[in-house]
Amino acid sequence: MTKPREIRLSTTPTPEALAELRLGDIVYLDGLLYTAREGVYKRALEEQANIPMELPGESAANFHCSPAAAIRSDGSFDMGAVTATASFRFAKWLPEWMEKTGARLIIGKGGMSSKDYKEYFVPNGAIYLSTVGYGTGALLGRGIEKVEAVHWRDELGLAQAMWVIRCKKMGPFIVASDLDGNCLFERENAKIVQNLDRVYEGTRPATLKRYGETDDRSDEVIG
Amino acid sequence: MIPIDVIEKTAGTLMDKAAIEIPDDYLTGLQHAAETEDGDLSSFVLQAMLENYKAAKEDRRAMCGDTGCPRWYVKMGNETQIEGGPVALESALRRATAQATDGVPLRPNRVHPLWRTDHNNNVGIGAPEIEYGYEPGGEWIDLITVHKGGLFGTDYRMLFPSDGIEGIKRFYLDSLVAFGKRGLACQPAIIGIGLGGSKDTCMVLGKRAACLRVVGSENPDPKIAALEREFKDLGNSIGMGAMGFVGKNMVVDCNIEVGYCHTGGMQMSVHAFCLSSRRAVARVYADGRVEYRTDPDWFTPYQRRETVEWPGSAQEAAE
Repeated sequence: MTKPREIRLSTTPTPEALAELRLGDIVYLDGLLYTAREGVYKRALEEQANIPMELPGESAANFHCSPAAAIRSDGSFDMGAVTATASFRFAKWLPEWMEKTGARLIIGKGGMSSKDYKEYFVPNGAIYLSTVGYGTGALLGRGIEKVEAVHWRDELGLAQAMWVIRCKKMGPFIVASDLDGNCLFERENAKIVQNLDRVYEGTRPATLKRYGETDDRSDEVIG
Repeated sequence: MIPIDVIEKTAGTLMDKAAIEIPDDYLTGLQHAAETEDGDLSSFVLQAMLENYKAAKEDRRAMCGDTGCPRWYVKMGNETQIEGGPVALESALRRATAQATDGVPLRPNRVHPLWRTDHNNNVGIGAPEIEYGYEPGGEWIDLITVHKGGLFGTDYRMLFPSDGIEGIKRFYLDSLVAFGKRGLACQPAIIGIGLGGSKDTCMVLGKRAACLRVVGSENPDPKIAALEREFKDLGNSIGMGAMGFVGKNMVVDCNIEVGYCHTGGMQMSVHAFCLSSRRAVARVYADGRVEYRTDPDWFTPYQRRETVEWPGSAQEAAE
């Protein structure tokens, strides 16, 4: 068994640093990152609200995350654990978001399809980092140096708000796409699918089909 | 009579324990999985999870940032009375849920399905769920909280007797592979399977099989217990591991629960509890004593009874 490589990466990474990364590398992040998911995307892109940060100058790292966190009565933040939510649901907004904000690191759970990577990650010089587990919420929580701000918490609630987090050696994350648009999860699925016919031996398809059902076991399901 | 302030205080402690402390039975199961795993990436993931459990306990912070949807299972002995009655009990559990959301802190996951209103406390319409069970003897109340993830890993299908075990296996594999790809189900997990009942009760049975039975437990029907073992091995032979990477650990344990169903049908549900199998249990007695444990011990002979009368009760009535 080989141990994966471990790499420190800035949340405003240079193109050279991103070009170094290979699928399956383990990454630890330093710098500012922000959470943005459907609530932030809708508000910024559909309702055209002004994004309350300077992007990508301050941060090029968009975390698909809602933290387990609370705001104390003195206005301070108590952030316990952080883990990602599944990213494929945000494909609808991501191309526009990445173009608008210059995000180079999309961090989440489960990755996107290689089609997504090739269509708008590669042209934007961006890669995908997956959280590990899922989820190593306590380990990632240890990587938080400070919560800098929580934007739009009244409008969106704590779970959907835009949390701005200063992180120091936050990780582990796994490199799930590279600058050529290769997809780690699809690479793994392609290996696993070769075994599936054997595993399915001795089973039978359901008597009552589901409308639109497929028996294509290489189906990536998402997207 | 069970004092209500003890119930509320205990419920608060349980919320904390469930979010932070991985139950021993699951931890042992996962350690075993980590020892046997030989996929490079899957193995890295399992080691990271074991470190994560340690970090959570040391720091007293939640294991996972998605702290799930807190819910309550409440069981009472037949002689149990609660100070203030059932309404006071439900208020106490709702208060404990809201306070722990701020206190631990947990992620305020619960929102209105259409308006997305978030009370920031995991309380709202129908949330947290509170489900009840009863046992023949005693004056005690078991408070069980489960914080299961709420998005992936669960499915239902109406099968028929002609589908047979082969059809059950097919749907089991379909569910594991579909949600296992990219690790959406957060495997390796305890897999619960519900067979029979009606659509709603089949879902309930499967969920309880995943969340209220511990790793290593067996269904008392020896043939069902054999199926549980076979299904565990089958799931682990897929060739998929943690995060959907190549590996050999999808299923830490497989628990099957059954209920009598329509003569023409064979309902089936599959539920994957995640890598942070959050459950915590306490029994509170009338004298205020509290005993904490991690085994909900939900599926007793009484819960699985098949007959009209419960033998114990029939005997009491005759005396």
